[in-house]
Amino acid sequence: MDSLQKNYRRNKILVYVFLTAGAVLMIFPFVWMLLTSFKSAGESVQIPPTILPENWLVSNYEEALTSLPFIRLYFNTTLLILFRVLCAVAFSSAAGFAFAKLQFKGKNLLFTIVLVQMMLPSQIFIIPQYQMLAKLGMTNTIFALVFPGIVSAFGTFFLRQAYLGIPDEVGEAAYLDGCTKWQTFTRVMMPLTRSSMAALTVFTAVFAYADLMWPLIANTDINMMTLSAGLSTLRGQFTTNYPVLMAGSVLAMVPMVILYLIFQKQFVEGIAMTGGK
Amino acid sequence: MGKKKWLTDDAKWGYLLVAPTIIGLLVLNVYPFVQTLVLSFSTTHPFGIYEISGVENYVRMFSSAEFWKATWNSIYFCILTVPVGIFLSLLTAVLLNAKIAGKSAFRAIYFLPMVVAPAAIAMVWKWIFNAEYGIINQIIGAHVNWLTNPALVLPACAVVAIWSAVGYDAVLLLSGIQNISKSYYEAASLDGATKIQQFFHITLPMVSPTLFVVMIMRLMASIKVYDLIYMMVDQSNPALTSAQSLMYLFYRESFVAGNRGYASAIVVWTVLLIGVITAFQFWGQKKWVNYEV
Repeated sequence: MDSLQKNYRRNKILVYVFLTAGAVLMIFPFVWMLLTSFKSAGESVQIPPTILPENWLVSNYEEALTSLPFIRLYFNTTLLILFRVLCAVAFSSAAGFAFAKLQFKGKNLLFTIVLVQMMLPSQIFIIPQYQMLAKLGMTNTIFALVFPGIVSAFGTFFLRQAYLGIPDEVGEAAYLDGCTKWQTFTRVMMPLTRSSMAALTVFTAVFAYADLMWPLIANTDINMMTLSAGLSTLRGQFTTNYPVLMAGSVLAMVPMVILYLIFQKQFVEGIAMTGGK
Repeated sequence: MGKKKWLTDDAKWGYLLVAPTIIGLLVLNVYPFVQTLVLSFSTTHPFGIYEISGVENYVRMFSSAEFWKATWNSIYFCILTVPVGIFLSLLTAVLLNAKIAGKSAFRAIYFLPMVVAPAAIAMVWKWIFNAEYGIINQIIGAHVNWLTNPALVLPACAVVAIWSAVGYDAVLLLSGIQNISKSYYEAASLDGATKIQQFFHITLPMVSPTLFVVMIMRLMASIKVYDLIYMMVDQSNPALTSAQSLMYLFYRESFVAGNRGYASAIVVWTVLLIGVITAFQFWGQKKWVNYEV
């Protein structure tokens, strides 16, 4: 019994050692980014390197802020996320409810379109999407950023799962109570999919924020770029000045990280939910 | 009578509610999909003019060394990232499943790269891998050209990809592991099975459906990798051809060089490649995925 207990304790210590080592590896790049962002250009290339900055300089942040219109980038990225989330949740809820709970001709065929879109990589649509946008004369606008994400095949699929999980009796009871289809959808069933809508929100926001290829193509005017795209242009301006690049990276990641720290549980569980399905 | 009314009402609302999504998909995806296919058989000129030219783009593509290199790079990137990434994610998930304090803090830390834009992640790793002043070379005391040596550039990018995805995949696997009924483990403990035996005989088979989903997802993401390599390997990098994935080549051909027809052929090829690899996985899963729960 004694040796078993010893074994148990040893295993537990091993688990902690592994997890802590992993956590250090996960955190280190961010710490290094932060520390570098406060060093002078000279100090950053010093050999051997310093760990903590000799003087904590904010000049790199000033330089990053003057080289890129960060206020605009925050604004554009926020609008992009806001519109993508609103569209994805509203349209996907409607379609998800209809696909799960209503009977109509051609339903399976229409749902096949959703499934096929989900399986294809977005790049196969990107050239014609860009050509359409250019024809509309809408490049370099917020609309351009939102454009390919106005509807979400994944969101439709995902929320359909949520509505499938609601027993049909709920709909029947609502019907007997005199609810119209619209009321059954918006008042009775939609509130029951709250956690799935939250998950879709997180998922859509994170991916809209991370996306790089489309924003780079659609908006070439620096004032209309997203944080990701803007950051990639900073790379060209300061090829070797890493402290400024790190300051820019910190500025680009800070809003999302703050949101993540506040809504950590929703983020992790939301993404786990969307991925596991 | 009432039943019939239900049906007609159903259909009316059904069409109305799916309309925005379906119209959106038709305009934004179905039409562009067809258009990309047409473009891949066309010669494109500036200002959006194009003419059908048959299989010319495909002939050019299949005789291009750069294209084959990019195809290999994409596959090689999968080989580098998927097995190691899945192994580390599974290990992390199993460790996170242990009865330990601070579990949610660990989970939050591992998950962190998921909420940071790949552009920012690539930026700091480029700095870490920097040949002259990067911290890795400082620690090992050598001058290794991680990002400009053709043999090392993709493995270096793979490290970043694995590091970025491990927390996400671990969270998915963890939720799979947590769904396994405790009674299996209790029975196994009574029979004197060690933790290791329990892992191979209970955890692994029971989590295999989740593992399969994660693997398919990771394979698809790896084969169409773009942003990470784009950010870490700029277009003036001498090792560009050794790092250039299919989607990077696609981006350069379509939006830098303006060869939309040729680029369309590349993306069609990539879709076919993804299809073949996925089909192969679905065929292979019969041998190792256990759906009898």
